[in-house]
Amino acid sequence: MHKYANPTQFMRIANAIYPWVAGLCLLLFAAAIPVALMFSPPDYQQGETVRIMYIHVSSAWLMMMIYGIIAANSAMFLIWRHPMASIAARASAPMGAVFCALALITGMLWGQPMWGTFWVWDARLTSTLILFFLYIGYIALADAFEDSERGDKAAAVLALVGSVNVPIIHFSVEWWNTLHQPSILKAGKEGVGSSVHGSILLPLFLMMGAFTMFYFALLVLRLRSELLAAKIRNARLSQIAGHSAAQPAE
Amino acid sequence: MTRKRRRLYFVLLGLLGLGAGAALVLTAFQDNVVFFYSPKDIAAKPVCEQRCRIGGIVVGGSLVKEGQNIAFDLADAAESVKVKYVGILPDLFREGQGVVAEGRMNNGVFVASNVLAKHDENYMPPEVAKALKDSGHWKEGEAPPTGIKDTGMNNN
Repeated sequence: MHKYANPTQFMRIANAIYPWVAGLCLLLFAAAIPVALMFSPPDYQQGETVRIMYIHVSSAWLMMMIYGIIAANSAMFLIWRHPMASIAARASAPMGAVFCALALITGMLWGQPMWGTFWVWDARLTSTLILFFLYIGYIALADAFEDSERGDKAAAVLALVGSVNVPIIHFSVEWWNTLHQPSILKAGKEGVGSSVHGSILLPLFLMMGAFTMFYFALLVLRLRSELLAAKIRNARLSQIAGHSAAQPAE
Repeated sequence: MTRKRRRLYFVLLGLLGLGAGAALVLTAFQDNVVFFYSPKDIAAKPVCEQRCRIGGIVVGGSLVKEGQNIAFDLADAAESVKVKYVGILPDLFREGQGVVAEGRMNNGVFVASNVLAKHDENYMPPEVAKALKDSGHWKEGEAPPTGIKDTGMNNN
């Protein structure tokens, strides 16, 4: 595993995977958007409003997955000092924040017609808002220091502390009474089951797959430009160093 | 022990301590984290003398509407509570539906100032819902039959 901590090694693999990820993303979106927004049936209770779910659940899935990735990368950075890990975590944070905001906004637009309210302070909604603040805090803290290495460390610690929130968000609907409904997927003694009919579950899975591939494709692009920017910085620094070293000789 | 090893244990211990701390805090504040009480909670202790929220299923056949004056029974598996409410109900409100009412107990009746509909985790097309009802697998005013037994309304 440590081999891939080397940026060159890592990017060789990332660049090789990129066209497949991007292609799969386009393919899944091409299938998911018409199926989810036009061809899938309305819900027996919610009618057409159920279509908000395809965006809402996919965004919520990504906000959780991306936070998990940030936390794992932060741990790798703190323990083994892998430079690639902190770059990947930093590059993921703005995307996680955007998907978290999307989940919150679509949730509010969905809650108003269904529940009769935009917002309540139940455990699921409150813990998701906390996740959004964690993302914002992470981004701000990572860039708050002159020395970017110190920013990496401080942000990594924040990401790890905040990771306690992820299982709380997931299980909040099981542990406590909430206005938010329980999970639609359940793994129990009788195996994995879903309370969603196949004709609604299929477009949801397509959309979640498309969102996930979108994140990975964007991540590779962001890592590429991040590494190029670092190269430019280093080239400038060595240029300046070269100049000042050359001066006394004049 | 190498420095990397030491940092690994430090991170793992830190996460363990953090998790344990969060678990303790959340258990201690159990009563404050729940969004609503169940009718069973209210029967057991006088939690709703001040403002609070209760949640349950609207009992089939209990809904009485006179203009904006609304009365219905809210039940969980064990107990039921009479609820009175003046105002407009959300679209999803109907008998057999999970709802959350905000208000306070007054002489054994829960006087609600706000009623929210709770959506369940069941999604299906209208034709499937109709087929289930026609074939007798699902009676009006009951939770829809799915592979999942827990409806999430009776957690406590």
